[in-house]
Amino acid sequence: MKVSIVGGSGYAGGESLRLLLGHPKVTLGQVTSESNAGKYVHSVHPNLRKRTDLKFVSALDLEPCEVLFVALPHGSSMKRMPEFLSVAERVIDLGADFRLRDPADYPKWYGAPHARPDLLGQAVYGIPELHREAIKSARIITGAGCNATTTILGLLPLFKHGLADPSRVVVEVKVGSSEAGAKASDSSHHPERSHAVRSFQPTMHRHTAEVMQELTFGGQTPKVYFSATAVELVRGILATCHVFLKDNLAEKDIWRVYRQEYGQEPFLRIVKDRTGIYRYPEPKILAGSNFCDVGFERDEGSDRLVVMAALDNLMKGAAGNGVQAMNVACGFEETLGLEFLGLHPI
Amino acid sequence: MAVCPECEAEIELKEAIKGEIVQCPDCGVELEVVSVNPVELAPAPEEEEDWGE
Repeated sequence: MKVSIVGGSGYAGGESLRLLLGHPKVTLGQVTSESNAGKYVHSVHPNLRKRTDLKFVSALDLEPCEVLFVALPHGSSMKRMPEFLSVAERVIDLGADFRLRDPADYPKWYGAPHARPDLLGQAVYGIPELHREAIKSARIITGAGCNATTTILGLLPLFKHGLADPSRVVVEVKVGSSEAGAKASDSSHHPERSHAVRSFQPTMHRHTAEVMQELTFGGQTPKVYFSATAVELVRGILATCHVFLKDNLAEKDIWRVYRQEYGQEPFLRIVKDRTGIYRYPEPKILAGSNFCDVGFERDEGSDRLVVMAALDNLMKGAAGNGVQAMNVACGFEETLGLEFLGLHPI
Repeated sequence: MAVCPECEAEIELKEAIKGEIVQCPDCGVELEVVSVNPVELAPAPEEEEDWGE
């Protein structure tokens, strides 16, 4: 199956490239980058040296393919989606342009109206654990925000089963520097970023909208209070979510619903150990893997439940999830090309 | 098949021996086999870890 990538010079594009090169059912077609056209892909993604002799091409030279991964900055793919759909049977857009179903949400969260609201109905929010059946027949599969994915997968069982108070959900994510993308900025300059513990988005983080959208069950949208902090990581997210239980549930009740939802999911692991160092989810050991680890602890003194979720933002938070969605859409084994277990120690 | 009293994981024990200590594969708690027919498990006494907090 021929798969191409538009916007292959960024971190999500590079990670998609790495995964697709190792995928047994995929032949890599083209990888586009306007600023790097003509250069070897390994000149931008050095880990791929000797693995491929592909060169970047301009998107103007894009040829037909079966699946097209799009890894462009926000605002780019919404205008070009018809062009992408004309060359590919399916488009997997890792960007944010088609994640929100309600056109009214785009001015609020992204500062501008959607350029092609008529296409929003064709897009499926591409987390397989949420929309596996819809992904199978979708032509536009969206990526999901990395912070949103972490939070949603952490909290999904509770809201799906109506166990948590939707009026107050407090989420704090700790994130690595690769989340900010491959382009340098003043804040990413090494002396400024290194060793930072920096509150960069205490309120109004864009991913909040996705979290509320995807945790809506029975017409009830939870009120999510979301904050993000940059920490000393390159890859990885740890979300700490505070929810308040409607009923006086014991931890074994919580175990039951998480096991029910995630027991058969290949990339979801419940991590809640009584002893040892890695008692709860931790992004450190997830780098390069497609796992999302989820754990929880009941606050004995109140109705609060603390849910922790962790993943690699470039994997389950972006490219890995995209490949998983592609596997679902194309009828492949869902774990194909995503078998890497991570490293320990790292 | 026994059930973890902490997290309700199903634990397969081929030949349970009364007094044996087993570990739950899901929540990691150490459990003592307190009965063998049927197999029943109870949390084993544990030492608290000091995380220096």
